[in-house]
Amino acid sequence: MTGDGSRRPADGSRPADGSRRPADGSREQLTVPPARFRSYYGRPVLKPPVWEWRIPAYFFTGGLSAGSALLAAGADLTGRPALRRAGRLGGLASLLVSAYLLVADLGRPARFVNMLRVAKPSSPMSVGTWILTAYGAGSGLAGAAELLPPSLRATAPGRLLRAAARPAGLGAAAFAPGVASYTAALLAQTAAPAWHEARRELPFVYTGSAAASGGGLAMILAPVAEAGPARRLAVVGVTAEIVGSRLIERHPGLETQAYTTGRARRLRRAAECLNLGGMAVAATLARRSRVAAVAAGLALLGGSVLQRFGTFEAGVASTKDPKYVVVPQRERLAARGRTE
Amino acid sequence: MTHEPVTHEHSLYGPLADPAADAGHLDHPPRVGFFTDTSVCIGCKACEVACKEWNNVPEDGLNLLGMSFDNTGMLGASSWRHVAFIEQERPLGQQDAGLTGLPVGPSATAPVDLGLPSPGLPGRTPGEHQRTEFRWLMASDVCKHCTHAGCLDVCPTGALFRTEFGTVVVQQDICNGCGYCVSACPYGVIDRRADDGRAWKCTLCYDRLRGDLEPACAKACPTQSIQFGPLDELRERAAQRLDELHEAGVPEARLYGHDPGDGVGGDGAFFLLLDEPEVYGLPPDPVVPTRDLLTTWKYTGLAAAALLGAAVSAFLGRRPR
Repeated sequence: MTGDGSRRPADGSRPADGSRRPADGSREQLTVPPARFRSYYGRPVLKPPVWEWRIPAYFFTGGLSAGSALLAAGADLTGRPALRRAGRLGGLASLLVSAYLLVADLGRPARFVNMLRVAKPSSPMSVGTWILTAYGAGSGLAGAAELLPPSLRATAPGRLLRAAARPAGLGAAAFAPGVASYTAALLAQTAAPAWHEARRELPFVYTGSAAASGGGLAMILAPVAEAGPARRLAVVGVTAEIVGSRLIERHPGLETQAYTTGRARRLRRAAECLNLGGMAVAATLARRSRVAAVAAGLALLGGSVLQRFGTFEAGVASTKDPKYVVVPQRERLAARGRTE
Repeated sequence: MTHEPVTHEHSLYGPLADPAADAGHLDHPPRVGFFTDTSVCIGCKACEVACKEWNNVPEDGLNLLGMSFDNTGMLGASSWRHVAFIEQERPLGQQDAGLTGLPVGPSATAPVDLGLPSPGLPGRTPGEHQRTEFRWLMASDVCKHCTHAGCLDVCPTGALFRTEFGTVVVQQDICNGCGYCVSACPYGVIDRRADDGRAWKCTLCYDRLRGDLEPACAKACPTQSIQFGPLDELRERAAQRLDELHEAGVPEARLYGHDPGDGVGGDGAFFLLLDEPEVYGLPPDPVVPTRDLLTTWKYTGLAAAALLGAAVSAFLGRRPR
């Protein structure tokens, strides 16, 4: 256990900011007076998530794959072959990494197929599994068509694959928004206060992050002349991500502190810096210079990674400190008592 | 707080008379559960031991937590009953701890120097402000077997299911250890075993129930602090017990988890507590995350549509040369 609660009386109230400073706050002026709450020796009420780095890493690779698939389908329809190839290959590669991350994070990886026993709308993970399965079929076919060696192009299977590539790519693009957004629902549908209370904003943060990273990868892989849609998608994505993030931070509840303090705050601030920098370059220099486009793309990818780890960290932190559970629930009870 | 548009489908949230029938059990026995009356708990931990023995639950770390007589800490994958110990500087009801008549100040016998490194000799410290009233709270915590169980709602394999008794059980041959249930439980009950990779929690002794036996913890409880039976009967008995305690001068007695109108539709295992729930490590107003399912999917759908729209509009405008 943490040393935090060991010497505290079992029901001893303490400031909800978790500090061990004297209650008069002599060292630092707080804007909000610390709410006092009781707990069982300062121990957590909730279980911290058992998910480790692989899950936020998957949130990134899954979003990246979805953003890439959308760009590939658009490029296919508008005659941008290099952007199409970049999107399909980038989408397939990040999908393969995603599949590894998801299976490896299970307690029993060999039982991954048990996910396909049921389809449950109340479980975003179940819904996501089915979306990902449908998406994977399209993304796999479209990506395979790009990898077809020239010697096989004229053969019957080769011709079939090339003919199937466009419908497969469009199919992947149809499921891609689901792939990019369901991960936010997955986090929101938990008891972790920071995730659950951000259920309205997280989907926009996550789809925005997917668009930004997909655009970023395409800016790295495709020539400047074809990468216009990638740059525009990245700019829109970063905007959605930053607006969503800022809205989360403006929630009145205590849960906000999980985002605005500690490691989550540092990760998310860094993500915002990279995203803003990447967006600024994407909208200006990256339209002429491939070097600038690659730099902007890398910044956007980094911003997306940090955003996923930042939101993940906030949720984990909100399960480890009982204040995030007790204080908002006490406030809710008090508000209910006043209206009755 | 903001007002939530709650769903009216009882399967997801709100009072639900018969969760077993809601889960598809047509002809089923009455819903059973636990009423844990903590006012008579003596902290013997027989429930913890009986549970471990019957269910073959492995050892959960032999740690001294250094905070009370509680070295279990909290419920987990390998602790399906957990006895909490809380020492407080107040009397239990009108009980007299018998301390007021005792002498205060230096010990009656002369202090002896034992050669131990300490700031003062034993017995020489003034005892006056240590003579306080006190009481011990002890409570045996367990999985709540919620009417609306967050763990069950999110399980993507169907390993977690609602039994014919209205309880919630993990099928260990199906669980693939995704860990979603761990984060969906508003009570922090279910957890994944590190060595085994699967999620585990109290089964309310599903095997014993099917053999018409009461769960091992209730069987072992020497004071009937843990009472097992049909939930309706338990709720009546709990209401009576609460009245008795209030009449006996224990106004702080309260029920927890008994109300079908609460955030989880009422618990299958509920409690009589002598202080606020959070003092025992219980959430004061738990809500199943599924309550907000429709809101979550609505905003997720909006965000997905926005992404599709953004992608389409990114390709509008100038064509490549």
